Amino acid sequence: MSGRVITITSGKGGVGKTTATANIGAALADMGYKVVCIDADIGLRNLDVVMGLENRIVYDLVDVVEGRCKLRQALIRDKRMGELYLIPAAQTRDKNAISPKDMQRVCDELRPEFDFILIDSPAGIERGFKNAIAPADDVIIVTNPEVSAVRDADRIIGLVEADQKGPAKLIINRINQELIERGDMLAVADVLELLAVDLIGMVPDDQAVLVSTNRGAPISLEQKSRTGQAFRDVAKRLSGQEVAYTEENGSGGLFGRLSKLIRTGGG
Amino acid sequence: MTDKVQIKGIREGLLVSVVEDEGDWNLAEKELLSELDRQKSFLQGAKLILDVNEYGINAAAMGRLRDQISDHGLSLWGVLSRSPLTERSAQAMGLATRIHQTERQAEPADGHGFDPNSDAVLVRRTLRSGASITHTGHVTLIGDLNPGAEIIAGGDVIVWGRLRGLVHAGAEGNQDAVVCALDLAPTQLRIAGHIAIPPQERGQTSPEVAFVRDGQVIAEPWEPGKAIK
Ligand SMILES: Nc1ncnc2c1ncn2[C@@H]1O[C@H](COP(=O)(O)OP(=O)(O)OP(=O)(O)O)[C@@H](O)[C@H]1O
Ligand SMILES: [Mg+2]
Repeated sequence: MSGRVITITSGKGGVGKTTATANIGAALADMGYKVVCIDADIGLRNLDVVMGLENRIVYDLVDVVEGRCKLRQALIRDKRMGELYLIPAAQTRDKNAISPKDMQRVCDELRPEFDFILIDSPAGIERGFKNAIAPADDVIIVTNPEVSAVRDADRIIGLVEADQKGPAKLIINRINQELIERGDMLAVADVLELLAVDLIGMVPDDQAVLVSTNRGAPISLEQKSRTGQAFRDVAKRLSGQEVAYTEENGSGGLFGRLSKLIRTGGG
Repeated sequence: MTDKVQIKGIREGLLVSVVEDEGDWNLAEKELLSELDRQKSFLQGAKLILDVNEYGINAAAMGRLRDQISDHGLSLWGVLSRSPLTERSAQAMGLATRIHQTERQAEPADGHGFDPNSDAVLVRRTLRSGASITHTGHVTLIGDLNPGAEIIAGGDVIVWGRLRGLVHAGAEGNQDAVVCALDLAPTQLRIAGHIAIPPQERGQTSPEVAFVRDGQVIAEPWEPGKAIK
């Protein structure tokens, strides 16, 4: 097995990186893949909370890097699932506790054991972001349909390109159909036109996300949820399946004239 | 910008010349790497041809240099030098040591608007937020200039794509500079000392040319057959 390292990042904070990481991770594990999620947000860890694994933390990523434990010991298994693991961030340290090389080393050790290694990146363009993308084979950018988030996403896409990580893929999170129709929110078309990258997911704005986050139970496992479906579709696309954006999976109508643009994928 | 390191676009890629002085290579190398660092966003992904003049660089130092250049996200394609030592180490690493220099003098200055003293860079990619290109001559971009990105040129700026970021043409005071774009919708446009903030709503997306007339920046649709300015 040689696992793919996928980093989930954004530029702007609070757009849904951690939510996306937890949900895509759970969906991939549910599909039968062996998955590990790494919280690279040292000092502001919360992937453990969102995944509902907070109370099981003994060792963290910094312990691994500084040799206080074996990598294996820092892996927390989600017992509710097939093969889903978490490597938590340290809460009491900062980003400088880890270097890009450390991240590469950790991921190289994980690759033979896992199908997918998902890294939850901190916001920003500083050290923490650099750590998170250093080992990446693929980069997913999360943005909201909002001017400032899109501007930051653009900046990040430029930096990812400069790092020769190949074309980044985009998740537009928190899409609110009503606001778009009223003209108060950027449409998916506007976002894609500016960023010109491939879309890999469109996720509705949904209060149920907050509820599932508080319970530490990913919404992507709720079969009836449209939002859950949107995250499951991202997982399928990552695994190589083609999933159309349709009315049934919650993304119909968001496109209008743009469906053509999406299929061709942009530059 | 330091004047010890000069960068210009040539057919093979970017020619980076390290200007000669008495100092040793280590100092010149530092200068070079920090300049590459500064110009990072402009240079990203480019093929570099390094002109190190008389500097003698042995094989070990050449290997280090290549690694450091690739750490900057660039690839070293060739090394030009008058030092036989440098040439040998470059050749040993499979780097080119000759380029075709014919093209730059090829065009005759026959009065058809060709200025042998000006130079232009051609950039072919999307300039995303945070990217910045500064050049004393003209700049041609094939690709979009996104909001948050900027081009600052001593001469004209041509964008074969959507111009949505900031452009400053004639940045050293040239009132005759023009800005052309397929879709001219800048966040801000400057020509010489004039600043224009275009209206938010713009119906058309046809090619336009912007220039200074009567002390104001004006944009006009491009029309076939009509002289620019
Ligand atoms: N699709 C959604 N619908 C509604 N709320 C959402 C959605 N996605 C995320 N949220 C909420 O937005 C908030 C921020 O999400 P999250 O923590 O995942 O963002 P982040 O990008 O990881 O933030 P940070 O930059 O701080 O790490 C959370 O309260 C989360 O519940
Ligand atoms: Mg987060």
